[in-house]
Amino acid sequence: MKSSLKLTLGLASAITASTAASSVAHAEDLTLCWAAWDPANALVELSKDFTKQTNIGMKFEFVPWTNYADRFLNELNSHGKLCDLIIGDSQWIGGAAENGHYVKLNDFFDKEKISMDDFVPATVLGYSEWPKNTPNYWALPAMADAVGWTYRKDWFSKPELQTEFKAKYGRDLAPPKTYDELKDIAKFFQGRDIDGKKVYGAYIFTERGSEGITMGVTNVLYDYGFQYENPKKPYDMKGFVNSADAVKGLEFYKDLYKCCTAPGMTDAYMSEGLDAFKSGQVAMQMNWFAFFPGLYKDPNVGGDKIGFFPNPAGPDAHFTQLGGQGISVVSYSDHKDAALKYIKWFAQPAVQQKWWEIGGYSALKAVVEAPSFPKSAPFAPDFLASMQMVKDFWAEPSYATLLQAMQKRVHDFVVADQGTAQEALDSLVKDWTATFQDDGKI
Amino acid sequence: MLNRTAENAARATPEPLARKVRGISDKGLAWLFISPTILLLLAINIFPLFWAIYLSFTNYRANRSNEVVKNLGFANYQRILGDQDVWIAMQTTAHFVFWTILLQTVIGFTLAWLIDRKFRGHAFWTTIILVPMMLSPAVVGNFWRFLYQPQTGLFNYIVAFFTGVPPSSFEMLGSVQLAPWAIVIVDTWMWTPYVMLICLAGLRSIPEYIYEAAEVDRASNWRQFWSITLPMALPFIMLAVLFRGIENFKMFDMVNLLTGGGPGSTTEVASITLKRQAFESWRTGYSSAFAIILFVAVFGLANIYVKALNKVKQR
Amino acid sequence: MSLTTAHSVVAPSANSKRIAGTIIVAYALISIVPLLWIFATSFKTPPDSIAYPPKIVFQPSIEGYCNLFTTRTRQAPEYINSLGPATGICDETARERNMVIAGPSNFLPRFVNSLIIAFGSTFCAVFLGTLSAYGFSRFKVPLADDLLFFILSTRFMPPIAVAIPIYLMYRELGLSDTALGMILLYTAVNVSLAVWLLKGFIDEIPREYEEAAMIDGYTRLQAFWRTVLPQATTGIAATAIFCLIFAWNEYAFASLLTSGTAQTAPPFIPTIIGEGGQDWPAVAAGTTIFLVPILVFTILLRKQLLRGITFGAVRK
Repeated sequence: MKSSLKLTLGLASAITASTAASSVAHAEDLTLCWAAWDPANALVELSKDFTKQTNIGMKFEFVPWTNYADRFLNELNSHGKLCDLIIGDSQWIGGAAENGHYVKLNDFFDKEKISMDDFVPATVLGYSEWPKNTPNYWALPAMADAVGWTYRKDWFSKPELQTEFKAKYGRDLAPPKTYDELKDIAKFFQGRDIDGKKVYGAYIFTERGSEGITMGVTNVLYDYGFQYENPKKPYDMKGFVNSADAVKGLEFYKDLYKCCTAPGMTDAYMSEGLDAFKSGQVAMQMNWFAFFPGLYKDPNVGGDKIGFFPNPAGPDAHFTQLGGQGISVVSYSDHKDAALKYIKWFAQPAVQQKWWEIGGYSALKAVVEAPSFPKSAPFAPDFLASMQMVKDFWAEPSYATLLQAMQKRVHDFVVADQGTAQEALDSLVKDWTATFQDDGKI
Repeated sequence: MLNRTAENAARATPEPLARKVRGISDKGLAWLFISPTILLLLAINIFPLFWAIYLSFTNYRANRSNEVVKNLGFANYQRILGDQDVWIAMQTTAHFVFWTILLQTVIGFTLAWLIDRKFRGHAFWTTIILVPMMLSPAVVGNFWRFLYQPQTGLFNYIVAFFTGVPPSSFEMLGSVQLAPWAIVIVDTWMWTPYVMLICLAGLRSIPEYIYEAAEVDRASNWRQFWSITLPMALPFIMLAVLFRGIENFKMFDMVNLLTGGGPGSTTEVASITLKRQAFESWRTGYSSAFAIILFVAVFGLANIYVKALNKVKQR
Repeated sequence: MSLTTAHSVVAPSANSKRIAGTIIVAYALISIVPLLWIFATSFKTPPDSIAYPPKIVFQPSIEGYCNLFTTRTRQAPEYINSLGPATGICDETARERNMVIAGPSNFLPRFVNSLIIAFGSTFCAVFLGTLSAYGFSRFKVPLADDLLFFILSTRFMPPIAVAIPIYLMYRELGLSDTALGMILLYTAVNVSLAVWLLKGFIDEIPREYEEAAMIDGYTRLQAFWRTVLPQATTGIAATAIFCLIFAWNEYAFASLLTSGTAQTAPPFIPTIIGEGGQDWPAVAAGTTIFLVPILVFTILLRKQLLRGITFGAVRK
């Protein structure tokens, strides 16, 4: 009886909470579209200040990562008016610019004295520019991000494990510097019993439907010498995408997947990684820096128990996959002026500072190059280091087709055990060549 | 053209019915009553269909609306019919359709036949059994992902309870071998009641006197089942099979939410391939051609279905 | 087992009834386990929902329902303390997890969209369907069979195939992501079912009624209004419920042609996620709220179900 009363009360309060907040009258309402993840919820909290200052209400449309590109590219292509502001993925910029989905921001930046020189160069190149390396801006860098790693500091520092590891591998059990070291450590933890629980070595991305496995495998491929195209001849991919080194990299990713991951990780992306790490299943987790503030605050595995390291190096190179997004104004919106006001507000150094404090990643130099920044969070130094070595997937207008081909070829090989690494990358070259031919680029 | 058909319809109304008393004539009324439906279907179904046929001969892409559209002739069709991945998707679809229909027909018919015993409370339990088929395949299918979690899902736990296999030792959705069965199980769970309900109607349509005659002839129970029950219920079973066949041929929502076509491409049925081409790669022309091919196939099935419907109706 | 008892002169034996009853009850119970599990999960806390082994006995909680209606963000305790006292049960629950409620979720607007679109399209489909069904039932329409086939066949098109040109058409007309667009589309899909079902119902109403009315001086239209419609109410109600269920459950069109403003609940519910993966109690809560109307309708409809699912071909 008591619990049913509590339930009714709770339901009623939940519904009123959800209606009350939306029924407050504002001069205007803006809808901001982004992915559903920790930083987005932090942005909701941050935006309350904007509403206070301008009396412009903010509504949010957050979609899980696995549906994010699908849903919002569909929305943009349908010329819909749902989103006034969109925090769109870095790879969309080419298509969004060429098809007129985004408002070009150069004039606005000039008028409001917002300079792209104040932002971290890699983010300007990755999130704002199209064509790349030209001063044509379609977004303000909103959320800097890259792939990084978390590990269980408490496990790594167990004396008995340290001795055992040293005896076996002749070096200290410490965050890995190279992928070979990472695999050793993962193997070491795989299947081990820690605090009465069976644990696994590493968590890596394997998701099929959207971009997951690509965003995971590229970290290894880049380090092994994979290149998207001939640096001297654009769109010439033979021998660069499917080079012998790239094949080795892909084989390494599969080995790592087979030897050292938890069971059931056949279709796993960000959220599965978080769950695996938080529930104490894995020793090391590949994931986006965006989640690290939340993980650090986690009551079970955060604080002293968690450590961070940037993407390890490979035999050929040292890169990491670029993530992150810029914020753009949708050209079909009826509230473009208010949307620009939001960007103006968001670009202020004080707002950017608070953005970093409550769980976002600022791309503003004033924030990340401040002397206090590296000490402001345990993952801050690794984040800075990572942003120096980022590399991104194709940002061509055909990015979705290119991505889908890679998702299929890599997942078929790594997870579904079909064909060889060489065959997978050869097919990928064929798919990509066909796409660029369709586009008239070759 | 179809408009004119409706007009003809009215014009040909026989004299006694077309009696004009006051106000609108029968002819006008028939036209007035039928045409809104036809117009709506022309606008929302037929016009888009012709548009899709046109697009299927072009290289149009919905995400590049300002590009020049080129006429490709039959190139899209050639590409699809020669595409290995498309054939794999068609095979996956065929497997899915075959196994779901087989299981649903066998289980559904058995259930119907048992319910036909009219035990106490059979009406109540029949209603309970019917519940799954009324629910949204998307919303419920999504929840099955939870039931199939290898560590925490109820399904694995129940299987473990009965077989002794450790629950986290197999993954229904993640394994290449099991994933196709995972979707077959959910579809069977949802739609067996449908087949059951139609079979039940079939069993109840068999006149009592036929069995009485068989009793007089001292035909064995076995013989009665094979020579009376099954043949007489067959048109109904066919109806259920055809309808499920068509529905599962175009299956999208449940598979999309359960596996999204994975792992690899093991559960990528035709609708998922089509969705990827049309709404992720935005190869609108190509996917229109694919859509037309699927449509022709379904249209053929639908034709047979409607014939079966009319046959059952005459009973 | 005896095979024919159901229809022989002798009633089925008590034994065979008992065996049949046991099997059916067992099947029914197994088949509703997933639904009971959805219901139970909606009252679990997120940690309980992913406990291993699955928890059958647990302390009920309304966290799932709270999470369904709100979005939360994890913050440091200092930040939370700076916000002032909690404003309700949901707020309290969130703070116990070091979170603050950042704002309402989109579930309620999506649920309202579902209501508007499902009822709107059902009304239109039944309205058009009744008129056409009467037309086909009472007048000799040449090519009637072909027309009826044409009407039915539109329901068999794969939704994704239909969605491609509709997407383009709606983009041109500005109907993308609008309730009007979705109502039109669902009406078009449902009208075929409505025509077929209602034709069956109207065929069963003797023509003599209208003819008598017309001899009394009513026009055909008045006769339709005063004699046919009142007698077809049961059929119309059953048809309406079938249309409603289709529109309520529909996923493929909704997921491709709406993105927010007019998005319905089915494409929304699978995208409810928590901090890490899917927030299963919230998903279960949303699913429960979404399924309850359908359960009620299924029970109301049980006598007409067969007719509905076979387009009126099987009448029992």
